[in-house]
Amino acid sequence: MLLAILIGFFAAFSQLLFGKFMKGKLSILLGFVPLALFIFFAQYIPVIAAGEIVTAKHSWVPSFGVDLDLKLDGLALLFSLMITGIGTLVFVYTSAYLRNHPMLDRFYGYLFIFMASMLGLVLSDNFLAMFIFWELTSISSFFLIGFNNTNPDSRKSALTALSITGIGGLLFLAGGLLLGEVTGTYQISQMLSQNELLINHSLYILIVALIFGAAFTKSAQFPFHFWLPGAMKAPTPVSTYLHSATMVKAGIYLLFRLSPVLGNSDFWNNTLLIVGGITMLYAAFHTLFRTDLKGILAYSTIAALGILTFLIGLGTKESFIAAAVFILVHALYKATLFLMTGAIDLYTGTRDVTKLSGLHKVMLPIAIAGGLAAISNAGIPPSVGFLGKDLIYESTLHFRHNAVLLTTLAILTNILIGYAGYVAGIKPFIGRTPTGLENVTFPHPAIWIPPIILGVLGFIFGLFPSLIEASLIKPIVSTTGVSTSDIHLKLWHGFNTVLGLSAITIFSGIALYFIWKPNSSKHYFIQRFDILSPKFIIETLSNWFQSFSDLWTRIFQNGYLRNYITVIVVFLISLVAFTLLNNTTYQIDYSSFSKLTIYEVVSLCIMILAIGFAVFTKSRLAAVAATGVMGYSICLFFVFYSAPDLAMTQFAIDTLTVILFVLVLYKLPRYLNLSDYKTRIKDGIIAIAFGGLISILALEVLAQPQNNEISAYYAENAYVLAHGKNVVNVILVDFRGIDTMVEISVLAIAAIGVFGLLKLRLKSEERKQQ
Amino acid sequence: MEFLLAIMTGVLYAAGLYMMLRRSLVKLIIGLIIIGNGANLLIFLLGRITKGAPPIIPGDTKFFADIYADPVPQALILTAIVISFGLQSFAIILVKRAYQVVKTDDLDEMNTIEEEV
Amino acid sequence: MRTLILKTASDYLLPILLLFSIFILLRGHYLPGGGFVGGLMASIAFVLHAFANGLKDTKKLLKFHPGFLMPAGLLLSFLSGLLPVILQDAAFMTGLWLENPIPVIGSIGTALFFDVGVYIVVLGVTLTIIFTISESA
Repeated sequence: MLLAILIGFFAAFSQLLFGKFMKGKLSILLGFVPLALFIFFAQYIPVIAAGEIVTAKHSWVPSFGVDLDLKLDGLALLFSLMITGIGTLVFVYTSAYLRNHPMLDRFYGYLFIFMASMLGLVLSDNFLAMFIFWELTSISSFFLIGFNNTNPDSRKSALTALSITGIGGLLFLAGGLLLGEVTGTYQISQMLSQNELLINHSLYILIVALIFGAAFTKSAQFPFHFWLPGAMKAPTPVSTYLHSATMVKAGIYLLFRLSPVLGNSDFWNNTLLIVGGITMLYAAFHTLFRTDLKGILAYSTIAALGILTFLIGLGTKESFIAAAVFILVHALYKATLFLMTGAIDLYTGTRDVTKLSGLHKVMLPIAIAGGLAAISNAGIPPSVGFLGKDLIYESTLHFRHNAVLLTTLAILTNILIGYAGYVAGIKPFIGRTPTGLENVTFPHPAIWIPPIILGVLGFIFGLFPSLIEASLIKPIVSTTGVSTSDIHLKLWHGFNTVLGLSAITIFSGIALYFIWKPNSSKHYFIQRFDILSPKFIIETLSNWFQSFSDLWTRIFQNGYLRNYITVIVVFLISLVAFTLLNNTTYQIDYSSFSKLTIYEVVSLCIMILAIGFAVFTKSRLAAVAATGVMGYSICLFFVFYSAPDLAMTQFAIDTLTVILFVLVLYKLPRYLNLSDYKTRIKDGIIAIAFGGLISILALEVLAQPQNNEISAYYAENAYVLAHGKNVVNVILVDFRGIDTMVEISVLAIAAIGVFGLLKLRLKSEERKQQ
Repeated sequence: MEFLLAIMTGVLYAAGLYMMLRRSLVKLIIGLIIIGNGANLLIFLLGRITKGAPPIIPGDTKFFADIYADPVPQALILTAIVISFGLQSFAIILVKRAYQVVKTDDLDEMNTIEEEV
Repeated sequence: MRTLILKTASDYLLPILLLFSIFILLRGHYLPGGGFVGGLMASIAFVLHAFANGLKDTKKLLKFHPGFLMPAGLLLSFLSGLLPVILQDAAFMTGLWLENPIPVIGSIGTALFFDVGVYIVVLGVTLTIIFTISESA
């Protein structure tokens, strides 16, 4: 199973190497990769249907508890089949849709990465591994939305989507870590038994809020929904695949998966009900005001996601069945509608629903697919959509309280969604063909076959619900921990309330379609309310944030070296001074210090003079000479205090530095006094404070007892172990030899740097001059 | 003496920092050298200074019989001195190249020229 | 600085200083000295020669670019660390010594070769920097 995930990454990588060859007509062959995976997962259907769970364990970073524990159960299987199945169709579709696109190889690469990470997401049983795949889907989605990277709108939408889902990813990580802390495991299957513990834990609310944040951002729930319509800037195959069928359902997947772990509490259920309810109604209502086909579909997708959240929030067995069926139903018809939209866009050059009509004459197969999808979307029998809608009403009607309100909500949403389906799936094809659209070329088979397949599947599953009942729906519902023996899907339940409600929904939808015509003035009307929308609010917030960081950068990252130094040093001074003032007693034990001798005092005086001269002189040469003198006096201290090796090295280096300086001095700029008097005083005060602090620190450290363990070890073993008597040298070449090895490498790099800086640049400049 | 050396270290740090805060490039490098020396002296001082007892095992013995200066800070400083030579020469050359290209010694002016180059 | 006296003196000073630097290098294990100081002494010797006779003469004397000393020295140091790994299957940089000490130099071991490597690298680095700078200055 791990291989199934990795294949996608390998395939993505191979695009880098062989992409050039695959760009042309061969690109359709790439569809075999997801197809093979689809067949691979389809093999497991009987196994899963028998109630088994397939697992595979691979340790990854065991020290952090990150393991690739893969688990294939009903829920994971449904998603895997959707990812690979719709993936296959999308891959084939893309080969025609983006034919001869110069970056087709890159596009396929991103798609492969997405497919692999989405598979990883649904298959992993470990929360942290799941997080990594979760983020990978966000990242691949970013690249796919921004695929038309020359278009600023695309880039902006991609960035919005990434920041929203990225924030969600962080919440996911935080929630997952807390969950791991509380339960003591990162494995979701092991958390299942700890539902009681979690609900009564003090962190429960926080964990659930974090997980909700992750799920709502990913699945575009109100008020984070706005990135999804923006994401429609992506090429249509991407919208089909990521933003309706699979990726946006990752949040739903997470909620579904965690329902038995975190669910069964009022907080969990009510929040989901409210958020899902608001989302579905708000988004469904918005479809009335859109004229762009993809815009309509985007909002109806958000509404569908809202329904799913809502169903999970109900938390009853009926609602889980309804959710499981609706995930599949929605994937089938919405993918069809998107593919159909892509075809219309590709061949007519417009997606404006007000300009499209009568297309059945020129693209009949697309019209058929659109019609099938619209029927399934509206829930007209015998499509699988009918089944899905029935189950939704069933679960709301039988809910413990507020059944009427909830059912009304669901009906309203479904009417609006049904309307959106008619507008998108039927309207462009019926009526009179406008001039200009009569001569549209007949679509390529790779364009019309995939939507037809999906559309027809919607009807097959509707007519024969037993096909999915035992194989998919039962195992999915069983992942929530309820018994599944009495589940029985059927199209015809006889004349009852649910059927009546269905009829009301369908006919109201049709009536709405005939009464309400989408046009651009309605679109502008709704735009006036943009100022109240969450999108506007969050964008304003992010603008504030940006201005704040601009200001911050201008103040602190202003590019002036000395300001950086000043800030750092002043901060350091205040920090250390604060500690020193509070925690230290100034007791200097003069008796432990060695006595002064006259030659020490003399060399100190020389040094002070040299430093003063180096700082205040106006001549460069004098300053260099003064630093030289300073170095030699330090050398003298090394001699006084038994460090002959240091004295020798310091002497040699000092000589060389002075030589070096003298060699380049006249190529260097003249000394200038650029600062005014005030700045110099200010800098002087900072410098003196810093120096004083260092002195005090040094004295404080000297007053502390010293730990000589390491030195003693080296001293005792220098001759015994290393056959040397000069301990300093023994440390350098033997005890700490590897450090020295690295050090001489650094030296060599510095020399190469100097050489490169002087020689190589000069040569290229010379070449220019010639 | 330790007291005076501690003060000396402070003076080195102060002088180095003051030079680094100047706008002139050459002063920046001199400041860097002075602060480097200050750091060496600080490490040396904090390793406790000992007179007349270099960390060299005398004559035919295999161990130290008497007190000896701490060899570890000495080894540290020795490498620091050599490395600082590499650093200084690189910095000097960098300044020289920068001066050749932008024709100014003023760090502030360099900031504005950057974009044009 | 090309005075006759310095020029004449540097002809003798170069071998003497080089010899002295090697002496410093070799005695490093027992007395103050070692690869770093030795390498610096040797480079001062060459720099002095260059001041007296001009860079061209010194380069002619060296016959190759001092930059090549750096990889050579690094390789020597590395191999001396690698030797115990090959010979005795010990850890990298384990010290190995000959049984009997040799007069003046003392015990010969891998640490000595390592120090020689340091000497060569330091010499190479210093000369490369100084030569490059004086050439382009």
